Amino acid sequence: MILVLVCVLALLAAGVAGAVRARVPEGRPIVYGASLGACAVAGLTGLASIGLAPSTLTLPLGLPWIGAHLRLDALSAFFVFVVNLGGAGASLYALGYARHESAPERVLPFYPVFLAALNLVVIADDAFSFLFAWELMSLASWALVVAHHRAAENVRAGYVYLIMAAVSGMALLLAFGLLAGPGGHYDFASMRAAVATPGIAALALVLVLIGTGAKAGLIPLHAWLPLAHPAAPSHVSALMSGVMTKVAVYAFVRIAFDLLGTPPWWAAVLVLAAGGVTAVLGVLYAVMEHDLKRLLANHTVENIGIIFIGLGLAMAFRANGVAAGAALALTAALFHVFNHAVFKSLLFFGAGAVLTATGERDMERLGGLIHRMPGTSFAFLIGCAAISALPPLNGFVSEWLTFQAMLLRPDLPQWGLKVMIPTDGALLALAAALAGACFVKAFGVTFLGRARTQAATAAQEVDRWSLAAMFGFAALCLLAGVLPGALVDLLAPAVRALVGQSMPAQLALPWLSLIPVAAARSSYNGLLIFGFIAASTWLTIMVVHRFASHALRRAPAWDCGFPDARPQTQYTASSFAQPLRRVFGGALFAARETVTVPPPGDIGPARIEKEIHDPIWERMYAPVGNAVWRASGTMNRLQFLTIRRYLAMVFVALVALLLALALWQ
Amino acid sequence: MSTFSIDVANTLAGFLVLASFLMLYQVRLPALLNMLGLHAFILAMAVAWQAYAQGAPELYVTALIALVFKAGVIPVALQRMVVRLGIHRELEAVTGIGLTMLAGIGLVALSLEVMLPVTAHADPLTREYIALALSVVLLGLLMMVTRRNAVSQVAAFLSMENGIDLAAAAAQGMPLVVEISIAFSVLIAFLVIGVFLFRIRERFDTVDVRALDEFRGERR
Repeated sequence: MILVLVCVLALLAAGVAGAVRARVPEGRPIVYGASLGACAVAGLTGLASIGLAPSTLTLPLGLPWIGAHLRLDALSAFFVFVVNLGGAGASLYALGYARHESAPERVLPFYPVFLAALNLVVIADDAFSFLFAWELMSLASWALVVAHHRAAENVRAGYVYLIMAAVSGMALLLAFGLLAGPGGHYDFASMRAAVATPGIAALALVLVLIGTGAKAGLIPLHAWLPLAHPAAPSHVSALMSGVMTKVAVYAFVRIAFDLLGTPPWWAAVLVLAAGGVTAVLGVLYAVMEHDLKRLLANHTVENIGIIFIGLGLAMAFRANGVAAGAALALTAALFHVFNHAVFKSLLFFGAGAVLTATGERDMERLGGLIHRMPGTSFAFLIGCAAISALPPLNGFVSEWLTFQAMLLRPDLPQWGLKVMIPTDGALLALAAALAGACFVKAFGVTFLGRARTQAATAAQEVDRWSLAAMFGFAALCLLAGVLPGALVDLLAPAVRALVGQSMPAQLALPWLSLIPVAAARSSYNGLLIFGFIAASTWLTIMVVHRFASHALRRAPAWDCGFPDARPQTQYTASSFAQPLRRVFGGALFAARETVTVPPPGDIGPARIEKEIHDPIWERMYAPVGNAVWRASGTMNRLQFLTIRRYLAMVFVALVALLLALALWQ
Repeated sequence: MSTFSIDVANTLAGFLVLASFLMLYQVRLPALLNMLGLHAFILAMAVAWQAYAQGAPELYVTALIALVFKAGVIPVALQRMVVRLGIHRELEAVTGIGLTMLAGIGLVALSLEVMLPVTAHADPLTREYIALALSVVLLGLLMMVTRRNAVSQVAAFLSMENGIDLAAAAAQGMPLVVEISIAFSVLIAFLVIGVFLFRIRERFDTVDVRALDEFRGERR
């Protein structure tokens, strides 16, 4: 506990150092090195304290007579571990990556503060400290989003992000106000002990879902996420996508599972519906996207959906008293939290490496990078396989566990759950399949084929720090996939504290198998699959080398009937996504394609133009924005009244209030 | 507390409300300023009676301040100012005097309706007193809204301040320091406003605030 706090203070100090030494060249290694060290210490502390008894600390800071309560229990410790794992990775990556930063004075002061705020949110134990840390987190990340403020789109992203952060903070503030009750006990211990009436609890739960969903990127509150995450420098994008959304998940788990007691079953339906819709729509947005970083950000939305499906299942089981099922579903959700933090950071590092090497984020202008950047390509490939839930990597394990939880008890008594759980199963399966397709596109178009532009041809492999961070995370993806039992056992104390039971111990099982319920039902052995894949690959290579000719042959590539072999004639990201766009886009995104063929004799080119609408932005955000714009336009006249009218306004307001008072009595 | 002293206190407060009404329909500035003097004089009487009834000697000081500054110095100074500005013979165009009076009656009713239930458990000396003080404040505000001449707006502002003073005297326990500082701030506000009036006049040749609005480029 003390150690984590010391690390937070060290990070804040690094922020000050960053502000002072931003312009000198040694500022970067100082700040990122200090962040790396602090995150490593804090992460190991978190890892070590998952199994320990909760420790609390009250600091005489913050509001007078109340102080700041801090608490490190199993759940907090796990999230401290995840946060600092991501933080350490990003700091290591940034040691090399940030060399290319054009405006270090806009990044260095805020980066460590952002990390410190992330840590503070998960160890806060009263509403004031929590909200303070939450807002600090929002503000520091906003500063990082608008670090490159010369680009108009970044400024717009920052603006939308700021508004959504305000909505999120407001919803959480109201939720805590409801939970604190008329007594106004803002520490979590009193909220835990108090029993809210059903109406208050329901309202608080909806507010919490809005508040944390707006931060995590639940649809329809996700609009800022694909704008803001890619706008920041890549190591910050990795932190925002990999870690900050997880902190929002932490907030939801902390409130819905810990502070609120046991929410009713319909709350589970709400969370399941939000999760299912988010998973599918998130991946569909990603399929349509050709900007590498924005594609990854849209995938964050999808993965948040998967996590919330797991949390919704856990709530459904918990409301019905099925403790084993709740434990399984919650373990699956927390497992996915870890997984997504690892592979999404890895993928953003890869995207950052591509951006550094080529200056391009648009996949249509890349290609063939596997020849120029073999290390990055390999790590990115591992990340793609992991996020597509391919065994033997970690993404598979958590999604498989989620499915196991769904199959465990499809016969819960409430009709809402009877309908919702199989629906979510179908949505999750669809999302997983589309994610696979999407990452085939992302990897294939970016790294395979031939370079489409001069920039892609001239790409250079990135520095060793960045490669070390990427390979470290790739190794973690493999390790968590091959040895899932270790992570499941690590999560057991946190899960037991929240739902009263945990999954059976896994590490003691023979051959490192993973058996969620009973061996007769289902089991998974990552080690066996890894061994099989490795052995069969090796065998294939051996056979090929044994029986095939060693001589290198060069032959003309199959040209699809096009004799013109320019790189532009390759398969593009748009053409890859076209079938999916036609299937889903017509109804959901109002996608339209227009083909213009010039008449005979005209030498102009034929054109195919596509048009995609974002229904959520156009139906939900734009009307609200327009209404606010119109209202402020109307209100603007109030700025230019005569003195007498201002006086009259005061007078009328006073009389109206007095009248209200008189009538109300 | 005898019924007699409560009755006297309420009568004086009622006179103050009446004086506010008298100010409301004056269209000549010298008459208005005379009424302002009367207003402040009644205030001084009311506060002095409160001092006697409550046995609170510091309120005598308040009453003295009201008598010397508000009933003496300020109206006289404003009169001289009006003469120097050369507007002492002008008729102010006040629209809808009858309507304004009716609105004033409504305001008094409103403040009684609001304050009497709220102060149900208060000291009988304070009860109706506070309601009447609120009426004086509201009437002052109403006058500020309906007048166009800067001098009459100043007079309205001062009558409003008198209402606040009246409430403060009844509140039993307002420290003298606060009272004195309020009195001085009013004096300084008066000085500043006085200086401004001449500046406005110098620039626009009138103290009608419509000229200011036109200068700011506002539509009415």
